[in-house]
Amino acid sequence: MDAVPNWFRGLYETTGYNFTVFYDPYDWDRYVNGLKTTLLLAVTTILASLVIGAVGALLQGGPSRFLRGLVNGFVVVFRNTPPLVQIFFFYFGLGTLLPATQTADGLRVPLLDNVQWAIVALALFAGAFNVEIFRSGIEAVPRTTVEAAESLGYTRLKAYLYVVLPLALRVCLPALNNNLINLLKTTTLAYAIAVPETLYAVKQIWSESQNVLEMMIVLLATYAVLVGVLVWLMHRWERALRIPGYSR
Amino acid sequence: MRPRPSTAGDLPVLLPFRVSRTRARFTLGPVRAWLLGAWLAGLVLVMPALAQGPDAVLSPLQVILRWAPLLLTGFAFNVAISLVAMLLGTGAGVGLGLALVSEGPILRRVAWGLTQFFRNVPWLVLLFFVMFLVPFQVTVFGLRVPLPDWIKATVGFALPVMANVAEIVRGAVRSVPATQWEAAESLAFTRRQTLFRIILPQCLKRMLPPWMNVYALIAMATVQASIVGVTEMLTLTAQVHAAEGGRPELFAPLYGFALLCFFLYCYPIDRLTARLERRFETA
Amino acid sequence: MSDGASPMSRVPPADRPIVQVLDVHKAFGEAEVLKGISFDVRRGEVVCIIGPSGSGKSTLIRCINALVPVTSGTIRVDGIEVVDPKLDKLALRRKVGMVFQQYNLFPHKTALENVMMAPIHVLGQDKREVEVRARALLAKVRLAGKEAAYPGEMSGGQQQRVAIARSLAMRPEVMLFDEVTAALDPETVKEVLVTIRELAEEGMTCLLVTHEMNFAREVADHVYFTDRGVIVEHGPPETLFSSAVDARTRRFLSQVL
Repeated sequence: MDAVPNWFRGLYETTGYNFTVFYDPYDWDRYVNGLKTTLLLAVTTILASLVIGAVGALLQGGPSRFLRGLVNGFVVVFRNTPPLVQIFFFYFGLGTLLPATQTADGLRVPLLDNVQWAIVALALFAGAFNVEIFRSGIEAVPRTTVEAAESLGYTRLKAYLYVVLPLALRVCLPALNNNLINLLKTTTLAYAIAVPETLYAVKQIWSESQNVLEMMIVLLATYAVLVGVLVWLMHRWERALRIPGYSR
Repeated sequence: MRPRPSTAGDLPVLLPFRVSRTRARFTLGPVRAWLLGAWLAGLVLVMPALAQGPDAVLSPLQVILRWAPLLLTGFAFNVAISLVAMLLGTGAGVGLGLALVSEGPILRRVAWGLTQFFRNVPWLVLLFFVMFLVPFQVTVFGLRVPLPDWIKATVGFALPVMANVAEIVRGAVRSVPATQWEAAESLAFTRRQTLFRIILPQCLKRMLPPWMNVYALIAMATVQASIVGVTEMLTLTAQVHAAEGGRPELFAPLYGFALLCFFLYCYPIDRLTARLERRFETA
Repeated sequence: MSDGASPMSRVPPADRPIVQVLDVHKAFGEAEVLKGISFDVRRGEVVCIIGPSGSGKSTLIRCINALVPVTSGTIRVDGIEVVDPKLDKLALRRKVGMVFQQYNLFPHKTALENVMMAPIHVLGQDKREVEVRARALLAKVRLAGKEAAYPGEMSGGQQQRVAIARSLAMRPEVMLFDEVTAALDPETVKEVLVTIRELAEEGMTCLLVTHEMNFAREVADHVYFTDRGVIVEHGPPETLFSSAVDARTRRFLSQVL
C-alpha cells in the first residue's frame, strides 16, 4: 500500500531527487486537483467549441447576410489575436463590467468566476477555428453528391443530415484533431488568471518544496499522457469512421 | 532502396497546426478589415466611457492616447522576440527536419522523438522549462555570458518553432512524388545532391504558407512571456492600468488595445498566407 | 419495372405522354442554354437526346427533375407541373429517377445501403421490406454478392449499376440517364448499357442523353438531335441516322459514327 510513497522517500534520501508529490499527501492532493481542473477545462471547452463550430458553420452557410457577417467577424478576430490577451480581456475587462452580487458580509461575487471565464474564452478561441474547419469540410462535399440526394427526393435538411454531415465530418477530422489537441495545450493559459489547473498546482508545489527539476519532469509527463490519450481517442474515432476505398 | 522515411508516425499531432483554407471564406476586404478594426476600437474605447461619470479623471481614450507610445514600444518588443525566435527556430528546425528524412534510422528516430516532444508540450510549459532550468549565465571559454530573461524566453519560443518547422520540412519532402527520387537515382545523383538540387527546390514554395502560419502563432504566443516575468506589452499594459489608479473600467480598453495591435499585425499575415496557399494549390 | 413483363417483349408505347416539355427556355445569366425546347415522351417509350457537347442536353434533363429551375416554358410529368413554384418536389422525384454521369453514390454507405437509403429516409418504408427489394435490385443489375462493398471498392461500371438500382428502388415511372457511360472505361460501358437495355425492354420509360450512337440506334423509339439550345431534327432512329435532312445533323453524325 505504502510502497510507492516509501520508494520515492527512499529515492530522495539516497539520491536527492525529491518527488514530494508522490509521498507527501498534501502535495499529491494539490496535484490531483490540478489535474482534475485541467480535465474539466479540456472536456468543457472541447464540447463547447464543437457546438460553437457547428452552429457557426451552419450560420455561415445560411441565408442571413447579417449573421454571416457576424460569424465572419468572430472567426477573423479570434483567430488573429493572442488567446492569452483574449482571456485577460474577458476576465478583467468584461468580468469587471458585468454586474456582480454581494455576499452577506459584503464580499463581491462576480457573475462568472475565473474558471468559468477561462472556459468561455478558450471555447470561443477554439470554436473560431472549428467554424472554419467544419465549413471547409462541408464545402468539400461535392455538389453533385447533394444533387443525387435531392433527385432521390431528400429534402435539404435530410440531405444535410444523412449525406453532407457524415461526409464533411470525415473530411475535416484530421484538422479537427489538431485543433482539439491544441486546445488541450492552450488550457495552460488559464494559469495566468490563477485557475488552479495542473501547471498552477505544480508551480505551487515547486515553489514551496524547492524541487523545480523533479516537478518539471512530472509536469511534462502529465501533459505527454494527456495529449497521448486525446490523440488515441481521436485516432480511434477516425478509424471507426474510415470508409473502405474512400481516401482523401 | 526507397529513400522514404517510414518513421512517419501518422499521429495527427505531427501535422502542422493549421486548417485547410482552400476556399477563401473568411476574408475581409481591406476596407472592411479597417472598419472592423475601427469598430472594435470604438467598442473598446467608447463603451466604458459611457458607463463612466463626468469626473475629472481621464477617459479611456485619453488614457490610451497618453500611454500609446509606451505600449507600442512593448508591442515592438513582442515583434522583436517573435522574429528572433523564428530565426533561431527555423535554423534549428530545418536541421531537425532534414534529420527526419535522413537515411540513418537512429538519427531519424531521435529527431522524431525531439519533434514529437517539442510539438506536444504546451508552449507555456516549455517556457517555464527554459526559464527555470537554464542558468542565468553561461561560461564560454572562461568568459561569463549573462543570459537575461528575455533571451531565455526567446529560446523558449524558438523550441516549438523548431519542431513545427521540422514537421513542415518533413511534410514538404514527403509530398514530392517518389518517382522524383527514382529519376534522380537513375541519373546517378547522390542522396545529398538529390535532396538539395531536386527535392528541396521543388517544395520550398510549398513550405512558405505553413511557415508563415507558424510565425503568426509564435507572434501571438510572445505575450506569454509576461507570465514568466519578461516585460513586454502585456506586462506594460498591467503597469499602465495600475498607474492610472487601477480603475476597473480601464481593463477592457487597455486589453482591447493590445488585441487591436495584434489583430492589425496578424490579420494581414493570415490573409497573405491564405492567398499564397491558394495560388500554390492551383499552380 | 412493369411487373410480369417478359424480358423480350416490348410493351407498345401508350399514347398519352408521361413527360411533356413545352417551349422551355433556360438562361444562366446572359448565356441562354435552352432556346425553346418542346417534345413529348410517351409511357413505355425510350427517347434519346444526342448532340454536340454544350448543346444544353444535360441542363434539359436536369430541368425535368427540377434540379435546375427553368426560365420560361412548361414541363409536365404525369400530371405534375414541374414549373409550378409550389411544386411538391418529393412527389415529382418519386416519379422520376435519375442516374448521373459521375454515379454520385454516397461514398460512406455500402452498395446495399445506397439502394436502401432513400426508400427508408424519404418514403419511410419498412426497413426489412426495403432490404428484400434492394437485394433483388442488386441481383437484377448483376451485382449479387457486392452488397457489402463500398463505392470506393467498385469499378465505375459497377458503381453506375448500383446507381441505377438506387433509382429503381424508388419505383419511378420515368428514368432519366445523363450521359451515364461518359465517365466509364470502354470495357465497362457495355455492362451498363446491357442493364439499361433490359430496363427498356421491360417497358420502363427512359429518357437518355447519350453519346453512344449505336446504342441509341438499337434501343430508342425516338431520337432528338439538339444543337445550341434548340432541337434541330428528330425522328425514329432508322430515319434520323440514315437520312438526316439538316446539314448540322449530318455533320455531327458523320463525326461520331
